[in-house]
Amino acid sequence: MRTALRLTVAIVVLVLVGTLAGPGTAQGKHKVAFIYVGPVGDAGWTYQHDQARQYLEQTLGVETKFVESVPETAEVARVEEQFIRQGFTVIFATAFGYQNFNVQVAKKHPDVHIIGIGPAIGLAPNVKTIYGRIWEGRYLTGIVAGKMTKANTIGFVAAHPITTVVAGVNAFALGVWSVNPNAKIKVVWTRTWYDPPKEKSAAKALLDAGADIVGQHQDTPSALQAAAEANKLGIGSESNMQRFAPSAYLTGTIWDWRQIDAGIVQGLMSGLFKSEDYYGGLVDKVVSLGPFNPQVPPDVQALVDQRQKAIVAGTFQIFKGPLRDQSGKVRVAAGKTMTLAEILGFNWLLQGIEGQSPTAK
Amino acid sequence: MAGAAPFPEWLEVVAIRGGAGMAALAVGAIFLAATGHDPWRAYREMMIGALGSPFAIEQTIIKAIPLMLTGLGVALAFTMGLWNIGAEGQLVAGALAASWLALTASLPTLVMLPGLILLGAAGGAAWAFIPAVLKTFVGVNEIISTLMLNYIALLWVDYMVFGSWADPTAFSFPYSRPFPPQAHFPVLLGDIHIGLVLALIAALLLAGLLQRTHWGYEIRTIGASLPAARYAGMRVRRNVLLVMAASGALAGLAGVGEVSGVIHRIQQGISPGYGFTAIIVAWVARLNPWAVILVAVLFAALLNGGFVIQTAGVPAAIAYMIQALVLFLVLASEHLLRRVRRRRALSQTRAALQVGR
Repeated sequence: MRTALRLTVAIVVLVLVGTLAGPGTAQGKHKVAFIYVGPVGDAGWTYQHDQARQYLEQTLGVETKFVESVPETAEVARVEEQFIRQGFTVIFATAFGYQNFNVQVAKKHPDVHIIGIGPAIGLAPNVKTIYGRIWEGRYLTGIVAGKMTKANTIGFVAAHPITTVVAGVNAFALGVWSVNPNAKIKVVWTRTWYDPPKEKSAAKALLDAGADIVGQHQDTPSALQAAAEANKLGIGSESNMQRFAPSAYLTGTIWDWRQIDAGIVQGLMSGLFKSEDYYGGLVDKVVSLGPFNPQVPPDVQALVDQRQKAIVAGTFQIFKGPLRDQSGKVRVAAGKTMTLAEILGFNWLLQGIEGQSPTAK
Repeated sequence: MAGAAPFPEWLEVVAIRGGAGMAALAVGAIFLAATGHDPWRAYREMMIGALGSPFAIEQTIIKAIPLMLTGLGVALAFTMGLWNIGAEGQLVAGALAASWLALTASLPTLVMLPGLILLGAAGGAAWAFIPAVLKTFVGVNEIISTLMLNYIALLWVDYMVFGSWADPTAFSFPYSRPFPPQAHFPVLLGDIHIGLVLALIAALLLAGLLQRTHWGYEIRTIGASLPAARYAGMRVRRNVLLVMAASGALAGLAGVGEVSGVIHRIQQGISPGYGFTAIIVAWVARLNPWAVILVAVLFAALLNGGFVIQTAGVPAAIAYMIQALVLFLVLASEHLLRRVRRRRALSQTRAALQVGR
């Protein structure tokens, strides 16, 4: 009788363990691939994504691999197909322009999950895009630049004129003008994410045009370094760029993909995936600010902190009417606040910003 | 050593070229080992990624198509001593012309496809015609003008994809609206599009033209010796215009293949420098059309392998370095080949003189 009971218990336990472990291990085995638009040594955008990749290996114990310097062309589909053939089931394709190819490949391989960079052009059930409200950080760095400029002219080196970058330039300008309404803002477009010499020469052009602070939306610290070499100041972007120009670096925005990437992979381990266009921001620290330069006075630091708290709390809106475009036309009426969809539709620069956007409509 | 050569010539050629390739891989292996990578594993991954599976072969052939077409175009121009460095721009011009048709006209497939091919060839030809005219009538060096026109063509793409061709759903990212399905090249096998057929026909025509026609004879003569050609009464100017246009047309076809056969829209970066690699392809193939086809496949394999080798943990920079090493040493071996040829020619002449005595 006792033996029978023991046997039954043992069988029940075994079956239970079996049913629990069965699907668990099937879902748990994930090989995670990363595709980068620049080299991991870019010290900015790609570097931060590679930090997230290493974080996945350390915390979740998943196997990862990456391929760097993949252009935003049909090349990426080729690389994704190669990864899939090597048994990779999750692909982080970390450049905006990969998206169309992500969807193409994802449709051919419904069991593979591809995570791209938003805003989403297209989604599929196994495709997700992630991005952050980078403009929130740009606004805050604008406050610092507006307070710190002596020449009253601030330059901005911008990458591709896609709407999220344009939103960042506009937010930066609003941040500057919130503390220094007379400051001039000049923007130069490089039309590339990663091209250190081009980024640097764009910054030099802005310095020659009288700017004493250069902000940027580029993958590398080149613009900041150009400012440092000219004994001027700079605002970082993408990563903590302080170490590249300790005296010139005022502060900067920083991307942190570790939690969001880990969340996605953990979800997939338990069979969960949400196809969506995800936006983080200051609130979940996908976007954050780098350390302040000691030159930035405590009252300015306090002002930035206070604004940051207000943005996180939702009590302060950056894009609030009246907002006029460069031709003087009112685009956002007084008292109105831009929705996320409207911000993602930015193809115009604010009145007062010097420099055309290639996509100006 | 004078008298009968120990090896047939082709064997020597293959041995020297192959030796150069091997030497490049050997030097690459030293770098890989020195930077802490397993050379054997890296090369194995590279081979598997480039040629080791039906998928890899398919991808390599897709990549070889634009190299074949631009390579043929460059080889034709070089045969006549015309230094067309502008295949990249001509490729882009062909892509632009075809994109214009695909994005603005609504035509049935049977009209659209020939239209794309003709317009693409015409676009490339027109772009090459500019330096040809400048050379024949104003004496502008075609190396400079074809090179500069590359950048202008690329900027035209920017202008169009930021402007009237912009995809309204792309958040202003620089690419055009997608092509309608009628403007997609049919595929032969997997994703290999009919550009491959165009390339093979082009090689056939070009080989026939150069070896079997009077015009081909003129082209070769002008390339070998301009004064001799002039003395023989050949119309050099007319040939410069025609050959440049034909060379550009071939590159233009490569552009059509990329937009209609691969990406199905036009955007920045449709060519990762195919028009420049074509120069090396043509050179390594010694301007022989059928050799261009073969060499294009080898180069495509090398380019594809460059991405795959990264999955073995090799950084992109080292992957590019290995590619560059192969190019460099294969081109350097040309020098060695030339010396071998000269020695052979010399010994043959000597032998002939002895017979005559």
